[in-house]
Amino acid sequence: MARRVAQDIPEGAVVNLGIGLPTKVADHLPPDREVMMHSENGVIGMGPAPPPGTEDYDLINAGKQPVTLRPGGSFFHHADSFALMRGGHLDICVLGAFQVSGGGDLANWHTGAADAIPAVGGAMDLAVGARQTWVMMEHTTKAGEAKIVPACTCPVTGLACVSRIYTDLAVIDVGTDGLRVREIAEGLSFDELQAATAVPLRR
Amino acid sequence: MIDKILPSPAAAMADVPYGAVVMIGGFGTAGLPNELVDALIAQGATGLTIVNNNAGNGDTGLAALLAAGRVRKIICSFPRQVDSWHFDRLYRAGQIELELVPQGTLAERIRAAGAGIGGFFTPTGYGTELARGKETRLIDGRWQVFESPIHADYALIKAERGDRWGNLTYRMTARNFGPVMAMAARVTVASVHEIVPLGALDPEAVVTPGVYVQRVVQVARAGTAAGGFRTTA
Repeated sequence: MARRVAQDIPEGAVVNLGIGLPTKVADHLPPDREVMMHSENGVIGMGPAPPPGTEDYDLINAGKQPVTLRPGGSFFHHADSFALMRGGHLDICVLGAFQVSGGGDLANWHTGAADAIPAVGGAMDLAVGARQTWVMMEHTTKAGEAKIVPACTCPVTGLACVSRIYTDLAVIDVGTDGLRVREIAEGLSFDELQAATAVPLRR
Repeated sequence: MIDKILPSPAAAMADVPYGAVVMIGGFGTAGLPNELVDALIAQGATGLTIVNNNAGNGDTGLAALLAAGRVRKIICSFPRQVDSWHFDRLYRAGQIELELVPQGTLAERIRAAGAGIGGFFTPTGYGTELARGKETRLIDGRWQVFESPIHADYALIKAERGDRWGNLTYRMTARNFGPVMAMAARVTVASVHEIVPLGALDPEAVVTPGVYVQRVVQVARAGTAAGGFRTTA
């Protein structure tokens, strides 16, 4: 999945990878492709994790893990970092999700469980701020329920903000006219994909 | 002569009153001014409202302030973390009020206070639980939510170098909320690892001009993970 997302990130793009699954996308970008990695805590031009023993906890990513800075990278304060997102300067963000609706609503910040302590971080800013918001997730829950649904039942992060969904089964574009399948995993039929998806798909 | 340098974190925290609104810089432990928070705990002020991105990590710094029962309310974006057990306990027991704010909106509300802006409309959060009850407006074809500034009585921030006018530079991602919090508080206290003579900081590289800073305290560079810096020795 991470490899498939990485294929679609073009040279020169300014990209923010969400915490968790999306972080792995960076490992699949070819070294000769210049992509500017942004992290919400005030860095652009972020590089991979440092070798063990050289970690510096003043240089961390949004997941609070130590990272490195590539030549050309820069630091800025939090208000500027989120201005960069909302202001249309971030080309792509890749986020995990609990659910995505057929209209591109995203739910990824809160399961909605009554006893859960809510925490939102930069999820809402990223979801509506990036020029393109891509979701990367398993196609269904562990129990086999569809995660692409007519309407999110988990609390939403943003409305009509998702432009593409990458799952273990397919790559799907979200448009004003609904969901269009770009690719299907090898060996899977369109009907099988549709059966795992609670929203009508188009080829 | 203008001299904002104080001898100790304790001296810088001495006048924080009951019920003060206190901003604390930092993203996780990077940029968290632990020494100032420790001095605030020792000083004993209670009924505080704290503004920080998180709600404390482990048992030190902000987490220790919460554990000591000094905080009435916290305004933050990401309280729940693997090591936020003190906040979690207080929250579940109904002993702390939480105002949850999307991170970029939090930064901009702080910036707005410092910039004298009465609020702003942002697309972030529209249609979500966090915008419930807030004024909305359709601007340039996009629904947006009205957000108000957050002012503070004190801001405790961590910088790298400072001078007696309060000019500051930061270190890498430890900068995070420091510059905007410095603008938004009546009294901004900056801990620095190095105090340099006036004029020694490159004026082109000063991130926070001294006008936003009222007190500067030098602290040793911590060699712990919680200090945000790990010595390679």
